[in-house]
Amino acid sequence: MMFVPGNNPGMMADAHIYGPDSIMLDLEDSVTMAEKDAARLLVHNALKSIDYGNTEMVVRINPLNTPYGKKDVEAVVKAGVDVIRMPKTETADEVKELEAEILKVEEEIGAVGRTQIMAAIESALGVVNAYAIATASKRMMGIALGAEDYSANLKTNRTPGGAELLLAREQIVVAARAAGIACFDTVYSNLDDMETFRKEVELIKTLGFDGKSIINPRQIEIVNEVFTPSEKEINKARAVVAAIKEAQAKGSGVIAVNGKMVDRPVVIRAERTIALAIAAGVIDKEEAL
Amino acid sequence: MRNSKVVSLEEAIRQSGLKDGQTISFHHHFRGGDKVVNMVVDKLAQMGFKDLKLAASSLSDVHKPLIEHIKNGVITGISTSGLRGELADAISHGLLSEPVVFRSHGGRGSAIAKGELKIDVAFLGASSADELGNATGYGEKSICGSLGYALPDARYASHVVVLTDNLVEYPNMPQSISAADVESVVVVDSVGDSSKISSGAIRDSKNPRDILLAKQAAKVIINSGYFKDGFSIQTGTGGASLAAVKYIREEMIARGIKASFALGGITAHMVKLHEEGLIGKLIDVQSFDKVAAESIHNDPLHQEVSAVEYASGQHLGSATHALDIVILSALEVDTQFNVNVLVGSDGIIRGAIGGHQDTAADSALSIIVCPLLRGRIPCVVPKVTTLITPGKSVDVVVTEYGIAVNPGRPEIAQRLQEAGLKVVDINELAAKAASIIGTPDPLPFGDKVVGIVMNRDGSVLDKIYNIK
Repeated sequence: MMFVPGNNPGMMADAHIYGPDSIMLDLEDSVTMAEKDAARLLVHNALKSIDYGNTEMVVRINPLNTPYGKKDVEAVVKAGVDVIRMPKTETADEVKELEAEILKVEEEIGAVGRTQIMAAIESALGVVNAYAIATASKRMMGIALGAEDYSANLKTNRTPGGAELLLAREQIVVAARAAGIACFDTVYSNLDDMETFRKEVELIKTLGFDGKSIINPRQIEIVNEVFTPSEKEINKARAVVAAIKEAQAKGSGVIAVNGKMVDRPVVIRAERTIALAIAAGVIDKEEAL
Repeated sequence: MRNSKVVSLEEAIRQSGLKDGQTISFHHHFRGGDKVVNMVVDKLAQMGFKDLKLAASSLSDVHKPLIEHIKNGVITGISTSGLRGELADAISHGLLSEPVVFRSHGGRGSAIAKGELKIDVAFLGASSADELGNATGYGEKSICGSLGYALPDARYASHVVVLTDNLVEYPNMPQSISAADVESVVVVDSVGDSSKISSGAIRDSKNPRDILLAKQAAKVIINSGYFKDGFSIQTGTGGASLAAVKYIREEMIARGIKASFALGGITAHMVKLHEEGLIGKLIDVQSFDKVAAESIHNDPLHQEVSAVEYASGQHLGSATHALDIVILSALEVDTQFNVNVLVGSDGIIRGAIGGHQDTAADSALSIIVCPLLRGRIPCVVPKVTTLITPGKSVDVVVTEYGIAVNPGRPEIAQRLQEAGLKVVDINELAAKAASIIGTPDPLPFGDKVVGIVMNRDGSVLDKIYNIK
């Protein structure tokens, strides 16, 4: 998910050419008070007039308790945004309030249920309430960590190893999995240190995140490299899936591949590996198995 | 020493017999750091010369003092490969009464060799020279590497003055400019600021769009059918074409492929590949940075060529005729694959032909790397503002929205498609640009011709009109 300032027409016009899975046009922190209205208009028109192809379009709105939040919802829902990202989410009630605002606009334009919600968790209270937030709405498609505000709230700083974020990251992954939705990690903003960025992406993949937020197209390749399964992983997954199919055909339950027992979790992981490989475009759906 | 040719600049000018109305010439190997043009023309103005024709291999931002000399009638005609900055702006608005004649580097070389461009006195800056005039681009105070664009001037001008900031003991060998061609040697404080030879057009890019374009260009090359052991390559100086070298290098290593030579403006990138054993020889008409300038001095497999040997269309032995692949940039490309590298979308001259026409015409595969949009300016357009390189010389156009292949090269389109690259119709690219940006208003050109674009064979390709 690539962050793009909602007040920069040049960046908005062609953010999709770099091939991010989703683009988040920002109306919140990257836009100054004086430019809130202009940015809202720009984002509305970008969503309506630019052909972003298959890229999922997300807009980060201003909090609903500011003078801009509700206007943002109206403008982007009317423009057909895929996902609204709610900043600084702390409670389930806030999500419900956003859901009601979205519904109001959707009813007005006759497109009920079209808009999904992503909640950004950026405070200690949000982390504590992560599961409640993740299950607050049927529209909730994912939760995401916002680390800058979170680490300030914890009264600490961000460090290269990310020790200060460990609990929040794990809590968000666990809450998302319990709720059956997706989870996304925070941004890494030092563009000159691609080595640390890669380590961070490897870490959050290990923790279980579905993806990483990025601030520059140069970061896309590394995220894709880390998240795309290797040929070895794909072959192993194929062997597992093929073996389980064969076993099912024979009516036998437990099987072994290369001398290791294969049980249900192994099969689920193998299926996920193949799904990721298809999504990354390294194998075709037809040749998946 | 006996027969020393060292004199003052004023004396050298006097000895040359230069008269009002005649043609003086300069090279641009110091690029943005050049000090020779301004120094010599100032002196000529002081000495009372008028109506001189200035034939430079190229001119840039640093030459804005020429504006005053044009106003005062010292300079009344210019021929060059390019113009930039305030001088270009003033000329675009009609400063000069005669049109500027724009030639490619190869076109200039052959025009001089054929006598179409007759030079009366050449003033050639050199980083070192001995008292008889053997001169090179390598010295203690300055270094510019190859003197390739100065060599036709040295050979064919009626009178040659070498200016240097590093007078060395005879013999200054191996020499670029031969003492046999030199009439006078002038010692000056500085001929140029070497730190600025890599300024101007050349950038090393972190721009994500350049990187995207570079990767696409590299994929085009790799899958074009020309990427095989012994291939040869030239790259332009745009951020994307320089960055493409990095990706090509990785693929060369992966496949065990080596290039026979790299041509043209030579950069540190190319020197690195050569030193790694990936490129056999470097043929250098212009050293684009200090690393390249050092290398040409130290490495026998890195050799200087003149503009004629580099890219003359009239001389079949020129190196471009042996070139397989060239990557070039563009200000605009149109739906006929015509390219403009000289006049901006605002109608103001802001570039140089360089070797664009020459390499596109002679190479086996010419690739233009050009963003579809630069801010709010569309770069793939229905018709270029000014025609510099005819579409028949252009094979592939790489943009961030897709790759267009000249319909005259269906086999290349097929190879790229088979490799999974997104090949699109160039009309679709122009339509896409128009859909995002809209159609710009026509430029407010006047009816005064301020520039004539020559083809490399000496014919006229296009005219540039003044902008109001």
